[in-house]
Amino acid sequence: MSGPSTYVPKSGFARWMDSRLPLARFAHDTMLTFPTPRNLNIWYAFGAILTTMLMIQIVTGIVLAMHYVANADMAFDSVENIMRVINYGWLMRYLHANGASFFFIAVYVHMFRGLYYGSYKTPREVLWILGVILYLLMMATAFFGYVLPWGQMSFWGATVITNFFSALDQITPHWGSAVATWLWGGYAVGDPTLNRFFSLHYLLPFVIAGVVGLHVWALHVPGNNNPLGIDVKGPQDTVPFHPYYTVKDAFYVALFILIYLGFVFYAPNFFGNPDNYTPANPVVTPPDIVPEWYLLPYYAMLRSVPQKLLGVLVMAGSLITLVFVPWLDTSKVRSSRFRPMMKQFFWIFVVDCLILGYCGSQSADAMLLSTSIPLVWVARIGTLFYFAFFWLIMPLLGLIETPKPLPASIAQPVLSPAE
Amino acid sequence: MKALPLAALALLAVVPAVRAADIPVDLSEPLPPKAVTWSFEGPFGTYDRAAWQRGFQVYKEVCSACHSLNRIAFHDLTFGFSEAQAKALAAAAKVPADPNDKGETTDDKGERLTRPGILADHFQPPFANEEAARANNGGALPPDLSLIVKAREGGAAYVYSILTGFHLTPPKGFAVQDGKYFNPYFAGGNISMPPPLAEGSVTYADGTTASIDQEAHDVVTFLSWAAEPKMEERKHIGLGAMVFMLLISGLLFLSYRRVWKDAH
Amino acid sequence: MATTTAPEPTRRDFIFIATGAVAAVGGALAAWPFIDQMNPSSAVLALSTIEQDISTVQPGQQVVFKYRGHPLFVRRRTPKEIAEAKSVNVADLPDPLARNANLPDDAPATDANRGVHPEYLVLVGVCTHLGCTPTVSTPQVPQGEYGGWLCHCHGSQYDTAGRIRKGPAPQNLAIPPYSFLTPTRIKVG
Repeated sequence: MSGPSTYVPKSGFARWMDSRLPLARFAHDTMLTFPTPRNLNIWYAFGAILTTMLMIQIVTGIVLAMHYVANADMAFDSVENIMRVINYGWLMRYLHANGASFFFIAVYVHMFRGLYYGSYKTPREVLWILGVILYLLMMATAFFGYVLPWGQMSFWGATVITNFFSALDQITPHWGSAVATWLWGGYAVGDPTLNRFFSLHYLLPFVIAGVVGLHVWALHVPGNNNPLGIDVKGPQDTVPFHPYYTVKDAFYVALFILIYLGFVFYAPNFFGNPDNYTPANPVVTPPDIVPEWYLLPYYAMLRSVPQKLLGVLVMAGSLITLVFVPWLDTSKVRSSRFRPMMKQFFWIFVVDCLILGYCGSQSADAMLLSTSIPLVWVARIGTLFYFAFFWLIMPLLGLIETPKPLPASIAQPVLSPAE
Repeated sequence: MKALPLAALALLAVVPAVRAADIPVDLSEPLPPKAVTWSFEGPFGTYDRAAWQRGFQVYKEVCSACHSLNRIAFHDLTFGFSEAQAKALAAAAKVPADPNDKGETTDDKGERLTRPGILADHFQPPFANEEAARANNGGALPPDLSLIVKAREGGAAYVYSILTGFHLTPPKGFAVQDGKYFNPYFAGGNISMPPPLAEGSVTYADGTTASIDQEAHDVVTFLSWAAEPKMEERKHIGLGAMVFMLLISGLLFLSYRRVWKDAH
Repeated sequence: MATTTAPEPTRRDFIFIATGAVAAVGGALAAWPFIDQMNPSSAVLALSTIEQDISTVQPGQQVVFKYRGHPLFVRRRTPKEIAEAKSVNVADLPDPLARNANLPDDAPATDANRGVHPEYLVLVGVCTHLGCTPTVSTPQVPQGEYGGWLCHCHGSQYDTAGRIRKGPAPQNLAIPPYSFLTPTRIKVG
């Protein structure tokens, strides 16, 4: 809770504006004086990192849109024009493409942080759900964006994903195909699809920005969680956001940007797929269609189910599951620091996500390393564990786990620094 | 890295020969690309200009018969040639002319009217369209080479391995398809392209010995540039960016410590 | 428990000033590519100089070519048109300056200063009023009273040396930098 505003306008103009549209007061209360737990660690900096990445994507995206042509005959060439002819076009393109990957690296760290420290628990359920919405919006934005260069992966990835909807034919005949046709604007992915994806790709980041506003608002009502998972008891537990966390976040943002730019300048195609440097060809399918790395775990779950509709439902289910997390976890203790069993299952879950991602990156008939175990069985076990983690382990753990004793307050352990 | 004439010899020393016995019959996963060193790899890499010029010569005299390089304009050649040389190369090219006063684009024989190229023009493709390209190449379509180094898993090493991988004997039990050639670095082992390079396919203007390895190394250097002409600028700016980010991270770290000094 | 107040800055700590200054410089350096990407690209600049074959232009005729996205008027004048242009007193002209990129800015608008070769007039075909393309006057279809050009948008009239004589246009038609490579080939830009 932030309490009453302590903002005092310092000039005649400031007083005049304050009584008409209190922007300065709002900034002061939310970003300067906002009482923030004094024990936040590096994993709490990823909100600021995400905000930075969103701004970078929007700015580089607007700049690219000045030169990009959303027409099936010209899109690929327009991107190569950006790379070769437009002043610093190569830089804008590589910033934007790698920016998407780093945006997702940051969001996964941010989400895992929320799981580990119980930041989704009451009273932050809506904050968590807004986060799930943001994650879905990010995936949609990234999917639309990847189609725009109109390379082989752009085209065939779009074909595969939009074909999910034709799976609905198994529920109501013709309905799924009708939805797919409506999405395509034709009988297959083509120029109409490209144009509408460009429009939506430009739109969604601003929707994301708006929902981020709601997300921060929902955060500011109860205030930040912290690594101990215990509530703030008074001013001794907090520090003003500025300068403590403005400067600390700036430091972590700088480190993140350092790594990000390392890839932009020295390994700009590391996260990409060479097939996307071949122009889209509707009659030639690449041997291995893979989505970008941040969608690979879902790709693995989809392919682990041999039936088309069930595969789509399992994939959708894995995302919808996230919405229920605040109610699936029955433990009264927030932070896994004091939950020895949850801590172990959390890390197994992290490894499970990485394994699923690996499975998604390999071809459908691949074997596990040099054994003759089909990788799809590993993906099946991984998918089962994913659902078990949320629907079985989370509810059960609250009932059977003995948590470690919690400290009396945030300020108390800080006297012997645990930073 | 400054180019040394010895680089050519060092190159040959690094690449070990593959024996027929080592090649599996199932080449759905091709042989991994050969390990080669390039002047342009690493954070300080550059396109060796001499290799680039030789590579251009190989492209022009050998590859351009079947492979287009549509994304390169003659002006781009000022990377490694003088403007006068680039202009001369452009003028030697025949570019489709604009319609004449009568609105014609072909002469009486139906041949496309052409004009000499200028720096702004792009390289002209060897075939008018995909159908003509296939008809002249046994049904196969020689891909445009402007992006080939980025469009293939393994990049420069892969293209180099393909070009130098033709001389190997197929393993027992491997079926070489009609009209195709054995190349274990190509997925499936059957490639439609006949071996394009031979000893002395070109006579290098700078007198370098034109072995297959040398020709392949040089043309891959040239094609790497064609796929990523801005690489040197990218790495140069990258160095400044890394230094700056390290500096600002250090300053922010010290600021963070100063701010938090009294908080514990 | 000790409460914490933000460190009272009786003097701004050097480290904060240094960090702020470096960040500002970095911000400016980072901003430049975003601004420069809107500048003309190398493809546009490659066409900033053109060579044009003008052998098709007949006496008394104008041919319109393309130069930097604008019309380029190349007009081959008849002796009568040349004489008309030479007979004008520069002091009577609304715009007394030559507007010739090949000459100093203050060169007067004599007919000699309006071109390299008396027979050929090379002009940027953009009306100096608001940018429309003026229509050339021919003996068969005269445009305006001065035998040069008439701009149909707002009625500006130019003479046979492309100089403004009547109407709202403030300046003579511009002459781009150009030279003759051969008697029938010019390099513009």
